Order: sequence, then structure tokens, then C-alpha cells
Amino acid sequence: MNPPILILTGYGLNCEAESAHAWRLAGAEPRLAHLNDVVETPALLREAAGLMVIGGFSFGDHLGSGLVYANRVRTQLRDEVQAFLDRGRIVLGVCNGFQILAKLGLLPGLDGDYFTPTVSLQQNDCGHFQNFWVRLRFEPDSPCIFTKGLTQMDLPIRHGEGRVFTASRAVLSRIERKKLAPCRYIDPATGKATQKFPHNPNGSVKAIAGLCDPTGRVFGLMPHPEAYLFPENHPHWDVQKVRGELPEHGAGLSFFTNAVEYLRGA
Amino acid sequence: MAIRIEVGLKDGVPDPRGAGVARQAHAYLHVPVTACATRDVFLVDAPLADAEARTVAAAIADPVTQDTAMNRLPAPASFAWLVEIGFKPGVTDNVGRTTRTVVQDVLGRALGEYEDVYTATQYFLSGALDREQADRIARELLANPLIQTVRVYAPGEWALAPVNTEPPAMHDASEPQVRTFDLEVDDNALMKISRDGILSLTLEEMHAIRDYYRRDDVRAARAKAGLPAQPTDLELECIAQTWSEHCKHKIFAARVQYTDETGATRVIDSLFKTFIKATTEEVAKRIDWLVSVFSDNAGVVKFNERWHVLFKVETHNSPSALDPYGGAITGIVGVNRDAMGTGVGGEMLCNTWGYCFGSPFYDGELPRGLMHPRRIRDGVHHGVIDGGNQSGIPWARGWERFDDRFLGKPLVFCGTVGKLPVTVGGGPSERKEVVPGDFIVQAGGRVGKDGIHGATFSSEELRQESPAQAVQIGDPITQRKMYEFLIEARDLGLFRALTDNGAGGLSSSIGEMCRLSGGAEVDLTDAPLKYEGLQPWEIFLSEAQERMTLAVPPAQWDAFAALAKRRDVEVAKVGTFTDTGVLRVWHRDRLCGALGLDFLHDGCPKLEIPAVWAPPRVPAPRALRAGDRSRWLVKLLGALNVCSKEEKSRIYDGEVKGLSVVKPFVGVRSDMPSDATVMRVEYGSREGIVIAEGVNPFLSDLDTYAMAASVVDEGVRRIVSVGGRWDRIAGLDNFCWPDPVLSEKTPDGPYKMAQLVRANQALYDVCTAYGVPLVSGKDSMKNDSVRGGRKISIPPTLLFSTLGKIDDVRQAVTMPFKREGDAIFVLGLTKDELGGSEYHRLRAKAAGQPHRVGGAPPSLDIEGAKSLYHALNEAQVRGLLRSCHTPTLGGLAVAFSLSALGGELGARIELERVPEQGADLDALLFAESNSRFVVTCAPERVAELEAVFRGLPCARVGTVEAAPELHVTFFGRPVVELPLEKMRKAFKQGL
Repeated sequence: MNPPILILTGYGLNCEAESAHAWRLAGAEPRLAHLNDVVETPALLREAAGLMVIGGFSFGDHLGSGLVYANRVRTQLRDEVQAFLDRGRIVLGVCNGFQILAKLGLLPGLDGDYFTPTVSLQQNDCGHFQNFWVRLRFEPDSPCIFTKGLTQMDLPIRHGEGRVFTASRAVLSRIERKKLAPCRYIDPATGKATQKFPHNPNGSVKAIAGLCDPTGRVFGLMPHPEAYLFPENHPHWDVQKVRGELPEHGAGLSFFTNAVEYLRGA
Repeated sequence: MAIRIEVGLKDGVPDPRGAGVARQAHAYLHVPVTACATRDVFLVDAPLADAEARTVAAAIADPVTQDTAMNRLPAPASFAWLVEIGFKPGVTDNVGRTTRTVVQDVLGRALGEYEDVYTATQYFLSGALDREQADRIARELLANPLIQTVRVYAPGEWALAPVNTEPPAMHDASEPQVRTFDLEVDDNALMKISRDGILSLTLEEMHAIRDYYRRDDVRAARAKAGLPAQPTDLELECIAQTWSEHCKHKIFAARVQYTDETGATRVIDSLFKTFIKATTEEVAKRIDWLVSVFSDNAGVVKFNERWHVLFKVETHNSPSALDPYGGAITGIVGVNRDAMGTGVGGEMLCNTWGYCFGSPFYDGELPRGLMHPRRIRDGVHHGVIDGGNQSGIPWARGWERFDDRFLGKPLVFCGTVGKLPVTVGGGPSERKEVVPGDFIVQAGGRVGKDGIHGATFSSEELRQESPAQAVQIGDPITQRKMYEFLIEARDLGLFRALTDNGAGGLSSSIGEMCRLSGGAEVDLTDAPLKYEGLQPWEIFLSEAQERMTLAVPPAQWDAFAALAKRRDVEVAKVGTFTDTGVLRVWHRDRLCGALGLDFLHDGCPKLEIPAVWAPPRVPAPRALRAGDRSRWLVKLLGALNVCSKEEKSRIYDGEVKGLSVVKPFVGVRSDMPSDATVMRVEYGSREGIVIAEGVNPFLSDLDTYAMAASVVDEGVRRIVSVGGRWDRIAGLDNFCWPDPVLSEKTPDGPYKMAQLVRANQALYDVCTAYGVPLVSGKDSMKNDSVRGGRKISIPPTLLFSTLGKIDDVRQAVTMPFKREGDAIFVLGLTKDELGGSEYHRLRAKAAGQPHRVGGAPPSLDIEGAKSLYHALNEAQVRGLLRSCHTPTLGGLAVAFSLSALGGELGARIELERVPEQGADLDALLFAESNSRFVVTCAPERVAELEAVFRGLPCARVGTVEAAPELHVTFFGRPVVELPLEKMRKAFKQGL
């Protein structure tokens, strides 16, 4: 059976089409549901094997990205989300979805506390939104189930508030100790994590591009894997084609196939 | 009194917003700001218990990074000035609206109808600033005093000032009333009515209205209905907006007497019918892929068996001059609604934008009341960025042109490409029908005084006293909610037809839609209002944003309204469509007006406009001696109109939806502008659309015929350049002109009108020959500003947007050179056509004689171009091209440079090999002749390529090289010798 994935929509989230396509390509059964429908019918969440919170501009990023959407989830769905996590289901947040998960407290979700925020996504160093491609390096020993086996990948970033900021040094060191930062921005020339613009597009601490919880089943990142499903999405596909290096799929698909593989094995 | 909550960053948390202010204050205003710290202020205008207020305060802040306080946070340790900026009453406050949602979420109850939240921002400035400097930062950088309030405090003043808890709520307790206008007065008094009411009606039009009310049948009907004999305010306002230039296109519909340079005269009865409509009608005889043209909000063409695609481009010039941010965001979300309102509801694929500004580095005198072009540019970009990004629509194309004649009025073009399923609910999706008895329903935002008189106002030149209420601020999130709801409702079959509320608001949308049924009974009583105190005519005319008007069959109403509620979208019944031939409008059981549809739509008298063409005499710059042109090429690459626009473009989201194929920027460093943009339309197919444009206002200084022919060719050849099918291109014409109607204030009207005629003639000639139908278009005809006694008119500008098709996106070809050793070819003829070129303008400016831009403008060999495009398509499908780039501004020299920079590869070019006709060295390098390409080909396929182009102007001119240098020789003598890094630097540092 193809694992059912619930994709939350509404209030300015806007990557539903490509995200649904990604899950379908990976062999899952995506279902789009407006947040209000999930509040009204929590069975939608209970029946899902995975939850995806997609990118977009929920509530216009007013009051800070993700804050207002997170607030509604917390006030209206907190128990359902907790139960969902308790059942061992998986959660993926991309861009605005990552911001929402962080502002809920789901990420990094230290000590099993999913509703006390300890990390925030702050305005980019450059002071505004940016859209270009970056290169990521993945941590081989992270518990994250979405990034298993990945080494490096090019993906687009499209955000104004992507700078990971922790409430304290202690939080940051626990994230590092537990390997909860599965991907970082790197300088393609050196292959090393970098604080320098544009390779690190937002000035994120320790070049962190995404975070997972200690179980590895909840994961959020700023770059957009669902925007690299076709080989022709890559900004240099024309050169890759001339060199005969055009891949069959966009590399972003791997996150979704990893997740489906995990769910099938679970 | 409201509850005041302040939110600020915790100690040690960086404040990029404040840092940006400090940086810009330094760079733009040259004032010594050393630091800036920002805070947000919320005024909750609702009775909350103390505990509730604290809950709200906690919910609106990020606990990881922010502190909150009721009333005031402690002042920062040191600052020189505090600037606090809020909105004036009635101005859209999007953050306030979102905060209202949070309040309701955390309190678990709904707020009262007019209980709102208002926001303000605080800037704590440090540095040795005096009050005047702080005030300048407030007014020239942070706030637009037209729509915002500014308060400036010294630290001592702030400490002593009472805490401001006064919300900028609209308070207007006036009772609804219906006034009448007495039109039985002399001509001066009639014109006073038109002027005072910003109706923009001419004397002839006032006479026509007066005569209508004199008619016996009208008098009798009015008496019977209990209406006064004279027009009511609602009626006169409704007529004025329906007849506005903005809505009625009176100049394009006028009878024109055109005299050419020989003195021969012809009468043209409607430019629109004679040239634009006729083009499409002629082309339609030869093609089978037109679906809906002219009749709907956007032009629709076939894409494949599942989807149609649609395209619409609008301008939002006047509002953007008054408030660049608000005007521009309203422009983009407004054209999105055109796409939404096409057929039974279009889905959006991508946005396009294009702007004409004065130079951002302008340092001359600015007429009083005009904003600096740098500020306009920043604000316009910011507005379209927010509108597009927050709506989840990627940008596909963007361009900017600069000329100081755009100081008075910037041009802001916003476009949207969308798609429609071929069938919806078993019927064709392009259908538009309304049945008598259908409910008239308004969906989306609420009605306020914002945007009243937008249509009539944009039909006037910009004056110092232009009305502030013409400024609106779009709310993309409200619109996004409505959009998702409408597509859901469409697929469930819950409504029959829809259209957007743009200029003229309900009066226009209902006025248009009710033509389909034959009448309407409108009842404004239940229209949702932002605040009390609106008069019935204001409700009817308001251009408040994010609203669509729908025809909902009564049987579907309950389901429609229930779905709307679940999607948090406000909908309201505002009447019923009828077939009585009359538009009647009620408010609280009072009849406020009734208008015969025939008179409303067809009663406007036709304009008669003289047009006299006299070719202008424009001298050319003095010729340069033959020699090295490296210096000029570097200058050209850095010229405002040529140089990279990437920095601003990167702030737009270009990849949401994940359908992009050829992006707006390409190349090894992704920093070279692509000739055209290619994207998929659906996830499961390799077919794609191709989007491009042509625009060149500079050629209008010589001849608008050459200008229009050239921009059509540019729009077409850009599509072909990336691999778009040459036989599947649809065009959109957007005219932006200075007022061309002869009058006291426009003595040169006949020349400007002749320019318009010639542009239209060219559009017709080229499009019919190319087989490019005009599927949509718009005109903006009053782009003049009169301020401080100085009139500034824009150069006549035609934006020609193109929408094409590619059968397999993997065959798309991009402009960067790809491989060392590839052969470089030039296709198409280069002629002695430097008139109006970037090179001549640069040379003229350098010589201190900026008017000397003359010379022959680019011509167009239509049949030659067609053969070339046909052959190019064949070469692309056969995979012969490694790169393809069409030269535009700056000619071949700039084209070689950009292809080299894109590939980070050098090139060696022998210029004398370029196919040419009478071109000297400068023309070969810099002429902007039409219908040319620079292509590269793998060495082993050169013979194949040459075979495809046999009999056409095609020559191998050089080779791609690994060394990062551009070498161009002319009969063995070097004329350009430049390292790539120097060219890249010039190209990327122009703006």
C-alpha cells in the first residue's frame, strides 16, 4: 500500500502542487487538506502515515514567518499532533513549513517536548528574501530518516527568514551533539560548511540549513527539495545536458523516496 | 482608546531590518546614522480583560527572540531620535488584519465587526542627527506621508509624551444619502461638476448625459420608479467610470483623421477595430488554436488536449507614482484577478513584470511633489515582490528601462500567465454565461473608501492634488484564500460565472456581467464594509482590493456560502441578475439609481482626434574614427538599460511550483538574462510554454512605426531563440502613451496621435504577416505629469508580450556558450541601423548632446525573418544548437559578450564575416538590427547547420575559446580585446 501523506494547506501556504507530485513520484499517496478541515475532522491526520507542512507565506509572514499558522495549530490541534508523533509518524517541513515546525517547538523537539520553541528562524543577514540555488552537505550520522545516504545536493532557497537562531548556546550544543542538523550550506569550491554569502544565504548559525528531532522522524529545512524533481529544474541543466550528465530525476526526490522507504519498513 | 502592545527584540538578537535602515539612510540620504533598532507596535481596538491582553501579547511575539510589554517597552539605552510610523485611518493594514486573526485564535472567540487591530513601527535612530535629518529619514525613506502618519521624538520628548493608544480607526457617522446633480446648467457649471467630482468627463460627454436625462421615455420611467429627474450621485459616478478612458478606451475607439508626411489624409474609424481586432481576425483565419480573445479578462489559447493557457498584462502607473509600494502590489494582485476571472476561473502559472523609471542616479531638480526615481524603483519592486511571493506565483520575466522622461510617471507593467482546464463540469471552460435569477455575489475583501475614483483618476494626468484615496495596498493573503476557495468552488460547480473587481469596483464588474443576462437588481445593503459611513455610491464605486463578483445559481448558494465559511472567505449576496435591460441599485430599501444598459455601454460620444505625422529630424552623433571599441563596449555593458538587473530580481521567487525549465537567469553563474523563459504547465508532460517580450521606447524618438515593428519582432524572436515554436506565438499589446488628444494643454497632440497611428499600423503589418494573433491588450493614455509648471511626457511605449509553445522542454536552447571549440555563427543581416540605439544614446550623452541619437532605426524584412525563424526551429529540433542568443540593446557586441560571460568561455570573432548590408564597423558591433541570432554549434555538426540555413544570411564568424577573453577583429585589426572579468564587472555593477 502506498503510505498516505497529509499535506496541510491554507492561509498562504503555496507549494501544495509540487509537493503532492513529489510524494506521488516517490510512491506515496498524498492528500491535500486545508488546516480548517483538519481542525474540523482530525481523522484526516489520524489516518496519515506522514504529515508535510509545505512552503509558502502563511499569513503573509506577518508577525514573523510561521508564527501565526503555528499558533493556530497549537491552539486547535496540539493534542492531535502530539498523538500523531507518539504513534511514530513522520513530519516534513519545508521553508515556511520548517518555520512553522520550529515556532511550534516540534523542531528540534529536545527532551520529547514538542511545544516549547527553542529555535527560531530569523530574517536573513542581507535583510530580505532571496531566491537562488545553494549546495548542501548532509551529515552521515544524523538520525534523520529523510537524509539517509545523501551526501551533497544542489537545491533552491526562497526565503526571507532562514537564519537559524537558538535561544541559548546550550540548545545549539545539544543540537550539534545529537546530530540534529542533518544538512548545512557549503561552499562548493571547498565542500566545507560556510558562513559566507551567497553560499550560506542567510547567515544561519553553523551554516545549518535544516533540523531534525532526536527521533529523526521530524525534519524541516529551508531549501526546497520539491522544487528539484525534474532534471530541468537545475539552473545548469543546459550544461549538464551538453556534458551528458543530466540525471533522470531531480535530486530533491531523494528526501521523499527515503521517507517512503522508511514508512514501508516501519 | 485601544490596548497598546510593544514587541521588540531581546538583547543580543540581531536586527537586520534596523541595519538596513541605517545603511539606506547613509547611502541615499547621506545622513550620519550609526545604528537603528526597530520595534513593532500593536493597537488592539477591542475591549479585552487584562488577562486576555496578556495572552494576546504572548501570542504575537516569538518567545525565542522577542520581548513584549503592555503600553511601552523600556527605551533603548541610547538613541538620538525615535520615529514612529503608523497608518492613516482607512489605509489597509495587512499585519493588523493578521493580528486580529491571532487575537481571535487565542481568545477562542470572534471580535466585533469593527473591532480591529492597528500596527505601527518604531525606529530608534542613533548618530549625530538633527531633527530635520530625522524627519527626512522618516519622510523620504521610511514613510509615505500620503498614507502614513509620522511622529518624531527626541529621547526627552518620548519620555514625557503620553502613551499613544489612539487607533487610526475610521470614524464617520454620516447617514447614507442619495444626492442628485442638476445638469440643466451652463457649460462652465457642467465642467465644474466633472472636475470637482474627479469624474474626468468631457463637455461633450456631460452634454450626452444631460440629453439622456431629458429624454421623454427616461423621464417617464424615472418618475414611475420614484427616481428624481436629474441623475443621482450613484448614476453619474457609474456613468463616469464606465466611460472613463481606463474602461472605455475612448482614444482607441475614436475617429482619427491621419495626415501623413506627404499631406495625404485618411480617416481611421477606431484604431482598435482597424488594426488590433483586424489583426486577430485575419490571423484567426489561418490558425486553429485561439480559444477566447478580447471578450474576457485575459486572452486564452489552446495548449494541449487538457489545458488552455491565458495571458494578461496590465499597467498600474498613476497609483505607483503616488505610492510605489501600494500601487505596485495592487497592480500585480490585480492582474492576478484578471487571470482568475477568465472563463470559469483560471489558475495562475507565473507573473511577469516590467518597469520604466527615471534614472535611480538622477541628481537634477525634481518637480515638487514627485518622488525620486530610486525611491519609486525600490517601492515598486518591493510591492510586486510581496504580491507575487505571498501569492505563491513565480515570476517568469522581468525587465527595466530607464529614461528621465519617466520621472513624472513611472510605467509599471504587471502580467499573469494562467491555465484553464479545457473542460470544467463537462462544458468548455472559457464559457461565460449569466442566467436571469442568478445571485450577484461578492467574494473576498471588504469595501472601503480606498480606490474610489481609481478609473477616472488614472484617466487624467498626474497633478499635485491627485487624491490620496486613489492609493490602495493589496492584501495577497486575503486574495490567496479567495483564489483557493474559488478554484475549489469552480470544480464543485458552485457558481456559473465570475469576474474581478478592478477599476470601478462593483459598478464595473456588475455593469459588465449583467450584459450577459440583460440587467441586474443590485442591493448594496449587505455588502461587507471595512467601516461604517460609506455612501451607497461609494460602496458601488469602491475599488477596494481582493474582490471578485460571481453569478451563483440560487440552488448552489447554500453550498457556496458554506464552503466559503470553511475557507475563511467572506461572501455576500449583493443582488440578482435580470433580463430587464436596466441596472438598478438599491440600498436599505431605497432605490439609488437606475441606468439603461444601452445608454451606459453605448451612449458615450465618440472622440474625433486629429493626427499629423511629420518625421522628426534627429541628428546622429558625430562619427568616430575606426579603431578600438573596447572602452565603448565596457560602457555599454554597464549602461543602465543594458546592465544586469539581477540584484532586485533575486528577491522575487522564481521557482515556486517547481515547473521552471529555462529561468530568467542562465549561465554557469546563473547571472545572464535569458532570451525567453520556458516552463512546464503540468507535472506529467514535457510540453512547455515560452514567455518573452519586446520593448524599446527609445526608438519612438525617431519613428513609432520602427519602434512597434521592432518590439513585435523582438517578442517573437526571443521565443524562437530558446526553441519556442515559431507558428504558435500569441501576442499582447500594452500601449503606454502621453495624452495624444489635441487640447490647450496638449498642443502637440496631433503628433503624438500620429505616433499612435503609426505604431498601430506596424503592429498590424507585422503581426498579420507573422501570423501572431493579438489575444489581449490594454492601453494607458495619459502618461504625463504636470507639476511645478513643468510638463513631463513619457516617450511612447509599446510592450509586446509573447506567449509561445515548445513541444519538448528538453529541446530548449539557452544563450551561454557551452564548449570550447564550438563554432560561432551569426544568423540574419546586420544593417547600418544605429538610430536610437543604446550605442548612439551613449555616444550622444558622452558628447553632451543627448538629443543626437539619430540615424536609421532598425527596419524589418518580414519575409526574410519568417524564413530564418522557420529554419531556426528546425535546427533546434534536430539538436544542432549548443547555444542561441538574439541580440537586442547593444547589438552583436553585447550579444557576444553576454554569451561568453554566461558560459565563462572566451571567443574569437572575425567581424568582417558577419552577414551585413551597408554596415560599417560601428554598425557591425552595435547596430540593433532586427531578426538576428548568435548561435554556437559543435564542430562536427557545422555542415548540417549550414545546410539548414542554406540561402539565408548565415555565416561562421568565430570560435568559442577556453581563455576567458573576448577578441574581435575587423579585417585583422583588433577592435575589441577584453578579459571576461572586466566585462562581468561592468555588467553587474551598473545598478
